[in-house]
Amino acid sequence: MTTAVDTTKPAREAPYEGPLLDVRDLHVEFVTRDGVARAVNGVNYSVRAGETLAVLGESGSGKSVTAQAIMGILDMPPARIPRGEIRFRGQDMLRMGREERRRIRGRKIAMIFQDALSSLNPVLSVGFQLGEMFRAHHGTSRKEAKDKAIELMERVRIPAAKQRVNDYPHQFSGGMRQRIMIAMALALEPDLIIADEPTTALDVTVQAQVMDLLAELQAEYHMGLILITHDLGVVADVADKIAVMYAGRIVETAPVYELYARPAHPYTRGLLDSIPRLDQKGQELYAIKGLPPNLLRIPKGCAFNPRCPRAQDVCRVEVPELFPVTEDDGTALAGRGSACFFWKETLHDR
Amino acid sequence: MGSYVLRRVLQMIPVFFGTTLLIFLMVYTLPGDPVAALFGEKAADPAVVASIKHKYYLDQPIWKQYLHYMGNLFQGDFGTSFTGRPVTDIMAGAFPVTIRLALLAFVFEMILGLVLGLVSGLRRGSVQDTLVLILTLLVISVPVFVLAYIAQTVFATNLGWVTPTVQNSYDLSQLMLPAIVLGSLSLAYVARLTRTSIGENLRADYMRTAVAKGLPRRTIISRHLLRNSLIPVVTFLGTDLGALMGGAIVTEGIFNVQGIGNVLYRAINQKEGPTVVGIVTVLVIVYLVASLLVDLLYAVLDPRIRYA
Amino acid sequence: MPDIHDEDSYEPHPKPGVSHLDYAGEQGMAVEQETLVESDVVKREEARSLWGDAWRDLRRRPIFLISAVLILLLVIMAIFPWAFTDADPRKADLVHNYLKRPDWTDFFGAGWFGYDGQGRSIYARVVYGARASITVGICVTAAVTVLGGLAGMIAGYFGGGVDAVISRIIDIFFGIPLLLGALVLLNAFSTRTVWSVVVALGFLGWTQIARVMRGAVLTVKQSDYVVAGRALGAGTGRLMFRHILPNAIAPVIVVATIALGGYIATEATLSFLGIGLQDPTISWGIDISSAQKVIRTAPYVLFFPAAALSVTVLAFIMLGDAVRDALDPKLR
Repeated sequence: MTTAVDTTKPAREAPYEGPLLDVRDLHVEFVTRDGVARAVNGVNYSVRAGETLAVLGESGSGKSVTAQAIMGILDMPPARIPRGEIRFRGQDMLRMGREERRRIRGRKIAMIFQDALSSLNPVLSVGFQLGEMFRAHHGTSRKEAKDKAIELMERVRIPAAKQRVNDYPHQFSGGMRQRIMIAMALALEPDLIIADEPTTALDVTVQAQVMDLLAELQAEYHMGLILITHDLGVVADVADKIAVMYAGRIVETAPVYELYARPAHPYTRGLLDSIPRLDQKGQELYAIKGLPPNLLRIPKGCAFNPRCPRAQDVCRVEVPELFPVTEDDGTALAGRGSACFFWKETLHDR
Repeated sequence: MGSYVLRRVLQMIPVFFGTTLLIFLMVYTLPGDPVAALFGEKAADPAVVASIKHKYYLDQPIWKQYLHYMGNLFQGDFGTSFTGRPVTDIMAGAFPVTIRLALLAFVFEMILGLVLGLVSGLRRGSVQDTLVLILTLLVISVPVFVLAYIAQTVFATNLGWVTPTVQNSYDLSQLMLPAIVLGSLSLAYVARLTRTSIGENLRADYMRTAVAKGLPRRTIISRHLLRNSLIPVVTFLGTDLGALMGGAIVTEGIFNVQGIGNVLYRAINQKEGPTVVGIVTVLVIVYLVASLLVDLLYAVLDPRIRYA
Repeated sequence: MPDIHDEDSYEPHPKPGVSHLDYAGEQGMAVEQETLVESDVVKREEARSLWGDAWRDLRRRPIFLISAVLILLLVIMAIFPWAFTDADPRKADLVHNYLKRPDWTDFFGAGWFGYDGQGRSIYARVVYGARASITVGICVTAAVTVLGGLAGMIAGYFGGGVDAVISRIIDIFFGIPLLLGALVLLNAFSTRTVWSVVVALGFLGWTQIARVMRGAVLTVKQSDYVVAGRALGAGTGRLMFRHILPNAIAPVIVVATIALGGYIATEATLSFLGIGLQDPTISWGIDISSAQKVIRTAPYVLFFPAAALSVTVLAFIMLGDAVRDALDPKLR
């Protein structure tokens, strides 16, 4: 696991100067029968080699849609990307041809999905599905691909890999299956891994093991990692920086510990307050009032305003941009931003 | 896998006896005296009737008749028709024709059905998809005997490519048109089933994974999509072979194919109990064996069943 | 063009030729989207919203509207045939009307579709023939739905030995092809009416519904609200009919609607073979059968009853398709 106190420092041994992945002003919308659902409304984020970015948000916040847009696995139509850039090593992937894009998928950017059972093909053995990566991208022979599959399974510490290589996904436990997903993503040693709620479907005890394994392998291969989750607990140990999403926008970015210590957006604050804590035992648990917005009808102004305890008139009219967050004396806080007109007040709130 | 096969075979046994018993009851206990029917309008001599009834075991209680019949059946004896001809003889002449007809229809529906289903399933909303949907809907709606007349009128009367009815039932080329008519309904089902199945599997998570792995399109379709999508289609096709043979009754009648459909139709009309029971029993066996094979094939295709 | 890509109609049709493969991430998508759209609505009772959504969905489908109008028309025709024609369908006039060609100027008149080999008005026979087909279709469907639904419900609900026995009985009946079985059964009746056909098809046809119902009940039985209902002490009857039935009925309705068209076709086939309905009942199947003899010289004698039959079957199958697409949450 990388210990990055200063997230702005260039990554060690980065094969590419600058961010591996740079998402600029990305918009994604879905054309439905009831209207256009704006799932992603101008997202900016970047990841460097060796760095872990956690994207936090409720379902419907656009965090998974952004990831799928990066992977190029959105279903278009109904989805469309009216605006934005997704630069990988400086090249905008949205302008690439289909074949060029395919060569990046799996080889340069790999993805780990939430539900390993449904994400693995039920009628093919795991060995076959792992080996397929080498066969498709490197033209490896069937025999050799199988050996590599066993190697991969050993890497992610699946016991008796040799015997289990011909087993089918349903014969593995949930944790083991997720390890296989990880092995598959790691197979070609990609530059970047996107993990979409990799531990949500697992038991709590297994969650930690899988997360540790992922972090360990990430450090070893010096990969960029985008970790998508709604679980603040998962994020804390692993991530370098966090982007909090709400209604298709990033509402706050910060290095992970600073976000926990001093959130600068009322939504983040609400999320943190709704985590049960031992020292508050017996007290009523805080809950953000209201429901996430309907993306067909996102509220005017700041999308969070109907639920925000701090909302003023300006919030109902104007959309706040991501303001840089500074100390009172104007000292810049590296990597921090908040899309709230009252970030200052929120920051001081305690 | 072994225990799975065994369980399926064991389940088949009561079904076999049950189905044959049901047919037996339907043929022999329902009103209408077959022996009287033999004599037509003439009043029959009671003594003669009694002797015929005795000869065919009809004077026994129904359960004894059934046991007697089953006993003979397991020795390969399907009984004797009221005309005195062994039922096995009658069937031996007719079944080869129907098997050919059904196999031709089967090949036709399988190949064309899969191709149409694939084309429309992979390109939902396209012109081809719309065409396939309209075409299959029409074929499903138009009853087979109407379809047979249309085919007869177009290909025999108007185009003159074939004779309206089959002259030689053993000639495969003459069986082509009846086979196409016979297989058309199933063809429509195969096409629609394939289309739906592909549509469902296209949305499956593992398809998303396959795309995310950066596999070439061809690999994704042939290795991931088709294998999963074909499972329900194979199930349908397997049980359909028996259904085609049973359904041949209309097609064979219209095209004058001398198969079991024709024989069965005549036997039903003449209340030829032994012939009816014999033919339907064979059809039931075909159906049961086909479903067993389908189940085995299913287990081969889907490991989740194999290791259940 | 009618909208027959119903599953996709909640979004504009994907462009022809655009491969779906490249965007196969639909599943995750759908989940995400669902939460978006539903999020502002407090979750209503699941069953009710399913029916409500289905109805809203159906009303927008041209294919549903077309088939519903057609079926309505056919039902009215079956009940009040005299409202559509003055002609007597049984009146034969061999001297004046033997195989008279259709007269398009005789709009809605006796000679509109021409006359058959016995000099009877084909138009009147087509109109009066609707009654037998619609009656058989609706009654057989009602019978198999009740019979099969009950058998499937009992098998699925009680499971174990009860299920094993019922399932084997279903298998037994399933082994007999519907048409063959019906031929054997109906041959036992010397005079056959619409009701003998209904009894024969109902007796043999219930297995399909039973299988569907059993499967649906097995699924629903696992769901939390049924488990909760049982935990709260709801009785067997209440559980079955208040909790399980409303949630398991959707696939049954779909299969029954599509099967209805099939039963109409089967009745026509039986009548065509001479072992279904008999004179004096007017049936399209009988008319098609008798048109056989004159098919070369007077194809219209065959055409009109055949077209009426096909359109009727088509209407019910289209209706079933539309209902299925509206009720199937997977395809939403």
